[in-house]
Amino acid sequence: MSPQTALEALAGRRLPVSGWPWRSLGYVLATLHAALLAAALLAVPAVPWWMVLAAGPFPAPTVALLIVLGFVLVVALGPLIAVPVAATSRWRLAIVDRRPAGHARRMPGGGGVAGWLRARYADPAAWREAGYACLLATVMPAASVAALCTLFLSYIFLASPVTIALMGSSGGYVALFSWRASTVPQSVPFFFAGLVLLVLWSYLVTLVAGADAAVTRSLLFGGGPEERLRAELTEVAASRARLAGAFEAERRRIERDLHDGAQQKLVALTMQLGLARLDLPPGPAAHAVTAAHEQARQLMADLRDLIHGIQPQVLTELGLPAALSELADQAPVPVTVYSGLTGRLPGQAENTAYFAAAEALTNVAKHSGASSASVTARAAGGILVLEVRDDGRGGADPATGSGLTGLADRVAVAGGRMLLSSPPGGPTVLRVEIPCKNTSS
Amino acid sequence: MQEHKQLAPVIRVVLAEDGVLLREGLAGLLQRFGFHVVASAGDAAGLHAAVAEHEPDLVVTDIRMPPSFTDEGLRAAVDLRRTRPGLAVAVLSQYVQHAYAADLLDSGDGRGVGYLLKDRVADIEEFIAALRRVCSGATVVDPQVISQLLRRRRDPLAALSAREQEVLAFIASGHSNAAIARTLVVSEAAVGKHVGNIFAKLRLPQADDTNRRVLAVLAYLRGEAYSRG
Repeated sequence: MSPQTALEALAGRRLPVSGWPWRSLGYVLATLHAALLAAALLAVPAVPWWMVLAAGPFPAPTVALLIVLGFVLVVALGPLIAVPVAATSRWRLAIVDRRPAGHARRMPGGGGVAGWLRARYADPAAWREAGYACLLATVMPAASVAALCTLFLSYIFLASPVTIALMGSSGGYVALFSWRASTVPQSVPFFFAGLVLLVLWSYLVTLVAGADAAVTRSLLFGGGPEERLRAELTEVAASRARLAGAFEAERRRIERDLHDGAQQKLVALTMQLGLARLDLPPGPAAHAVTAAHEQARQLMADLRDLIHGIQPQVLTELGLPAALSELADQAPVPVTVYSGLTGRLPGQAENTAYFAAAEALTNVAKHSGASSASVTARAAGGILVLEVRDDGRGGADPATGSGLTGLADRVAVAGGRMLLSSPPGGPTVLRVEIPCKNTSS
Repeated sequence: MQEHKQLAPVIRVVLAEDGVLLREGLAGLLQRFGFHVVASAGDAAGLHAAVAEHEPDLVVTDIRMPPSFTDEGLRAAVDLRRTRPGLAVAVLSQYVQHAYAADLLDSGDGRGVGYLLKDRVADIEEFIAALRRVCSGATVVDPQVISQLLRRRRDPLAALSAREQEVLAFIASGHSNAAIARTLVVSEAAVGKHVGNIFAKLRLPQADDTNRRVLAVLAYLRGEAYSRG
């Protein structure tokens, strides 16, 4: 397997002829730019320290005060300064680290600027980023500069024969310690030294970039494995919700397409067949057209059921209370619907609640032996609560039927929870709570 | 074809349906049965304009139309009935929605109005017959709506006998007592007795017969709206 990071690449035997030294060079150059950015930003809160160094001498208490003041300013502004620094460094990391970078910790949304600031200062990751910015502005560039100097030296040596030839007899020379070369033949050892230096440089620069990247990764991408796992879980939950939302939108689109396209055409076709049937004299042709008409009508009914199964139009058009009433109408046992809902709710909340009610009423009909059931829906405090209650024999267990498990999954995707109470002898109460915000009231 | 010759003058129709294919098909169908389609529209605004311009006898409109693709056609139909009480209106619904049917029957005095499933246009003779009944002032609710209502064994319905439920289904489809008697092969007097029982059991007020027939249908459509709202 090819190496994923600069440090892994160090172990490869073909490092000097691989692309890694050059990637590392790119990284090192980027480090210097990022360091400049970090230093420029940190120079602002560090002004008291500059005063101590440049504008002194001050009396000792003043020096102490300025040092403390600088410290306070750096700490106070660090988490903010770290935002652009960390962002550029995460991007930079991709040059020498092919592992998936993951995501930086997501800030909890909402709350405006004040909320963001509160969250930012409370986040341990922000403080690590601030520490990283300090490190980047001070220590980290040193190694990068050393790596660049080595490359420059290697270039001087490699180029020495050409340099000397170009200088001719003007008295110029290339020197290493007390060893001088002032003619082309004398410069040949320098050339080979340059080659050796270049090979050594390839290891040095890869090591520098690798170490830098390792520090960057560990400071910018979560601390312990537990924290990283938690961040990943948050991200997974968010992406699951996004997927479910996309799925929802897609279902609505398919429903609309089928309704506006295939269904309309099929109704028109069936009508044409019906007309043709009327015009034909009795005979085999009339018989065939009658059969075709009948099949088209059957297909119309099938298509209508299919579309309804994909996304009930009544839910899309009229909202949850009407859709629940329709569900109740179709149930084989009498179902009473109590709805305290006003206005429409977000699509995902409506769909999830509808699905929950449909599943629950199916279970009522199939397993409960109930003689009646009720569905209650209300929204309060940003939570949609749906309760389906029956007077059946109880004993429903999510472990025995996949329907309830699937329902719990679906509710969880919407960020809600499902509660089931079904003691032997009944009654069974299924309660679903889904977070939602009223879009209109 | 001799049927439509009896109908003079010709019924002038404004048609509203956003699907071009279906709109053309419907127009052809109506012409074929002797209706005169004076204008057709693709949305509610077009429908209002066409009605204002042509003052038709009958409006046939789809419920779901642009721009929001929800109930534009229904709202347009209810508006039209408010401003033109004599205008017969038939709306075509993609699926059974009792709230829609109740809204529509509520408009005006519930006469000369029809709530039909779109699929009904495939049963051509039945569809045309329903439109003619609407034009002659009857209230027509799609048989499927009625059968769904009758399937539910609850509220006022429970008080009706099986025969009375059957008779109510015919009333809702806009049939006269005589027509019901013919279909059920009973005397018209027997039908009249059933109808009287239905009115009594639904506690419908004393009023003229047509109005009570509409109220009987509304009672069912509403039965749910009240207990569930």
